[in-house]
Amino acid sequence: MYVAVKGGDRAIENSQKLLDEERRGDPRVPELSLDQIREQMSLAVDRVMTEGSLYDPELAALAIKQARGDLVEAIFLLRAYRTTLPRFGVGEPIDTAKMAVRRRISATYKDLPGGQLLGASFDYTHRLLDFALAAGDERPVAEIAPEGVESGMQHVADILDHEGLIEREDPDDENQPVFDLTRESPRYPADRAARLQNLARGDEGWLLALGYSTQRGYGNNHPFAGEIRVGEVAVEFAPEELGFPIEIGEITVTECEMVNQFKGSAQVPPQFTRGYGLTFGHCERKAMGMALVDRALRARDFGEATEAPAQDEEFVMAHSDNVEASGFVQHLKLPHYVDFQAELVTVRALRRKAEAARAIADAAE
Amino acid sequence: MPTEHSSAATPEQSAERRARQRWMSILAKAEFSDLDTLWNNLPSKPTWTVVRLPEIGMVMARGRAGGTGQRFNLGEVAVTRCAVQLEFGAVGFGYVMGRNRRHAELAAAVDAMLQTPSRRDALERAIIAPLTLRLDEKRLNRSRKAAATKVEFFTMVRGS
Repeated sequence: MYVAVKGGDRAIENSQKLLDEERRGDPRVPELSLDQIREQMSLAVDRVMTEGSLYDPELAALAIKQARGDLVEAIFLLRAYRTTLPRFGVGEPIDTAKMAVRRRISATYKDLPGGQLLGASFDYTHRLLDFALAAGDERPVAEIAPEGVESGMQHVADILDHEGLIEREDPDDENQPVFDLTRESPRYPADRAARLQNLARGDEGWLLALGYSTQRGYGNNHPFAGEIRVGEVAVEFAPEELGFPIEIGEITVTECEMVNQFKGSAQVPPQFTRGYGLTFGHCERKAMGMALVDRALRARDFGEATEAPAQDEEFVMAHSDNVEASGFVQHLKLPHYVDFQAELVTVRALRRKAEAARAIADAAE
Repeated sequence: MPTEHSSAATPEQSAERRARQRWMSILAKAEFSDLDTLWNNLPSKPTWTVVRLPEIGMVMARGRAGGTGQRFNLGEVAVTRCAVQLEFGAVGFGYVMGRNRRHAELAAAVDAMLQTPSRRDALERAIIAPLTLRLDEKRLNRSRKAAATKVEFFTMVRGS
């Protein structure tokens, strides 16, 4: 009915005003600036950029502010904004071997060339709440070494590759297109490019849980964190009007290479196999989950049994996107009055039938 | 540094292209505030026509499986581009990550000016060299902080 629609309009408008007020919180407390979010909630910004699939720290900070810190909502906002922008083209693949490394660890080699760089990490903190921080952050000062980190740090996988102990990751044919799920519908079986793009945008919680499931035995792949590195890489792009590639800026990325148990064949002696994770910003847990799931999804390529959920690519890929998942779950809140009326009619009819059947049975006794 | 795509270039063209790749990279990576300050300090500035208004868009960033293998689409980066033409000369392009229109326009203007041989040396000194220095400093500072977190497993057993 028309009247009901008008009533809904006002309620929605007022709900949004209330939302704005609650977002702001107590007006006596200073308002958050985007700079504060970008600088002091930087890991939230990184997650929103990665899963929102758009590298822009200011926009991610705005999305976080607008979403009141609800990161999945912020990811939705960034994805929606993304659709309003034209795409100038596709960049050259980033070269993580040339990364300006700020953190680099390996669980497979103690003394790897270039060394273990802890960088800024929660790993060795005691996870005790810091009440000094609650009282106000005294300007912390990092230690500064006399020299920087050596450049062009070798990947751990290259060390194993010299001995032929690990499968090689060779470039694909540059003339072939690369699957893009923002332009094409998913096809199954999916190729690795489609899987990696899906996982790169995928929900961190989903990948964490699926990766964890593989460690607990659901598609066990015996992983070692071969290498995790975080740092800056250049983004190169060749504009048509120039005809040659130029660097258009730098992005921070996290890369994880998982080294997994062996596969061999009549032609190739047993080798370690690999799983790969890559994210925008510093999203280490996500990169590790992604690398575990990437390896699990390669089960078919290696002729392994595909019995566990993490090895089922359609199951994994079709449910990884938190914008889609959130949309479909939350649409249940929308009015389903007519559907529900139909169900009411059905359940009443079924009950009448059941009652009638019981009455006949009672009469027969 | 960027890799070369086309093979049919003379050594002069290749050198010219590498020079341009270098300054375009510096102009794109520079902090806008640094570029803006250096620009404002320039004694003489040419006039230009904006051939393409600053436009915000995206470039798809790609990775490779295992760092070296199959290409895949990682996600997009926000980019602003602009093209300008100097009154009597070169067309300059600005492609700059982020959404700062002025940054893209200044990058395009400096790119055009640097293509003008009579201006190049002065501009290199006034803009490109200081920006390069700032970027190198920033990178080295980050790198030295990371280096301070290097694990020294053998410190205990070293010695005579």
